[in-house]
Amino acid sequence: MEYKHKNPEQLRFDLSIIASWIQPGSRVLDLGCGRGDLLAWLKEHKNIQGTGIEQNKEKAAACISRGLSVLQGDLRDEVQDYPDDCFDMVILSQTLQQVYQPDNLLKSLSRIGKQVIVSFPNFSHFSIRLQLLFRGQAPKNRQLPFSWYDTPNIRVITLADFRKFSKDVGYTIVRECAINTHDQDRRGKIISLFSNFFATYGVFLIEKNVP
Amino acid sequence: MKVRKHYFNGDSPENALQLDSGLPLSPIRIAYETIGSLNQEKDNAILICHAFSGDSHVAGLYEDDPDTERPGWWDFMVGPGKGIDTNHYFVICCNIPGSCMGSTGPSSINPKTGKPYGLSFPMITIGDMVKSQKLVLDHLGVKKLHSVIGGSVGGMQVLEWCVRYPELIRSAIPIATTMRHSALAIAFNEVARQAIMVDPHWNSGDYYQSQGPDLGLSVARMIGHVTYLSDEAMRRKFGRKRQDNKDFSFNFEANFQVESYLRYQGSKFAKRFDANSVLYITKAADYFDLADNSNTRESLQDLLGSHFRFLIISYTSDWLYPTYQAKELVQALKRTGQDVSFCEIEADCGHDAFLIPDKRLTKLIGGFLNGI
Repeated sequence: MEYKHKNPEQLRFDLSIIASWIQPGSRVLDLGCGRGDLLAWLKEHKNIQGTGIEQNKEKAAACISRGLSVLQGDLRDEVQDYPDDCFDMVILSQTLQQVYQPDNLLKSLSRIGKQVIVSFPNFSHFSIRLQLLFRGQAPKNRQLPFSWYDTPNIRVITLADFRKFSKDVGYTIVRECAINTHDQDRRGKIISLFSNFFATYGVFLIEKNVP
Repeated sequence: MKVRKHYFNGDSPENALQLDSGLPLSPIRIAYETIGSLNQEKDNAILICHAFSGDSHVAGLYEDDPDTERPGWWDFMVGPGKGIDTNHYFVICCNIPGSCMGSTGPSSINPKTGKPYGLSFPMITIGDMVKSQKLVLDHLGVKKLHSVIGGSVGGMQVLEWCVRYPELIRSAIPIATTMRHSALAIAFNEVARQAIMVDPHWNSGDYYQSQGPDLGLSVARMIGHVTYLSDEAMRRKFGRKRQDNKDFSFNFEANFQVESYLRYQGSKFAKRFDANSVLYITKAADYFDLADNSNTRESLQDLLGSHFRFLIISYTSDWLYPTYQAKELVQALKRTGQDVSFCEIEADCGHDAFLIPDKRLTKLIGGFLNGI
């Protein structure tokens, strides 16, 4: 029986930025790895040693069935048991805005990983600002499509907020990239001017400060 | 698919089984079955470890079985094109020593006395079961195990394999198991043992020439069977349904379907299994402990420095080895730097869920084995 899924030749645009920052052969932990598209791509193209953590049982099972190493569980608990510096890179892709205690999580990640990549939807995109300004209601857009009462995104983060936050929890920003893309889209562009205003997503590569 | 039962006979002193208790077991006979063929490199073997009352008949039918016969106990998982694909892998399943399904156990003849061992049979550990399987693998010329797979007490053997012979293993799949028995699991086993030992026909284990402790064994199985099911499964299957739709009889007949079902399961088991084997195997499971070095020689900490792939599977309704115990196992393995995958499967049929055909389990195991 063949269980190999077709690996997506082309990744979602935001994931392709993340993938381009990963060194070949590195040890990677993908938190909230979904069906494992990024891990499968990295395993195939960059020969990484990857592990994923995914809360959803059906998605975690799909990952394992395609030959990936994935733990089904809550990422806040699962990051606790790894030995120190167990990973070269920890990826937190579009998950930070759903985490209950993001400061504690980032501190745990600095123990188990050398570098961390964080991506999240930018809450200061102009469409959001305009909705709040003119309609006076909790904003929705294609990146943040939920109503205030049913959203899994319990944190509102802007690019500017994250820059300050990462410093506060003991990290230095090594790279950052502001992008304009839609949720499942393979196309997108990099925003270099007024990114906090025009970008729909931010992707940051951060590294813990050496004491 | 047709299979044959084979026997490994260790009757010379050099292939006696040196038991963890310090005693030798000689001669020793191990029943085993194989499916598929060993490749030239002798590294495509998969060892499947059976659970407490299982046997070496993992899949297929015997040559002389009628077509109506039930195939081996994991037939939905093992065979050509199945989750454990015997077109690719050489599958081996051995009956554990202490059992009564072909391997040496308390019902075997003690060559010193010419009579069945009974309680003079030495205590067996999970480690001894693993060592006996190693004898068979050496006999077959297997150099490397692509994987070791087993559920329940079979899962304990899988973990024991990892600490005893890490150099022989590429991956391991412990299913619905634990790294040590909880007080609850020991308690159920002790009630089962007591049910056997209070039966006057047990006669301190010496009953092979007369009527055995069938009633005690049957009660032991009734208790065991409840622990393999779950509240949900029993509610769905029986609820408070009456036997034969009859009203209460106001005596102690089996009025509820669940009572009648358990009595049937108990007496069926008493016909096929040896009471002393229940005592020996349950005790081996109770002694098993890989959580720390304080009580046993081996522990999962011994895996530090080795690196293989684990797939751990638990079931939501398993109250014998609940998911929290699988999670403890995951934690212990992560701390030693192993490559661990874990998935809890939603199923209402309790501990025995891994023996019930389920595409999710087949896909998990098949995909995992493919990815190694």
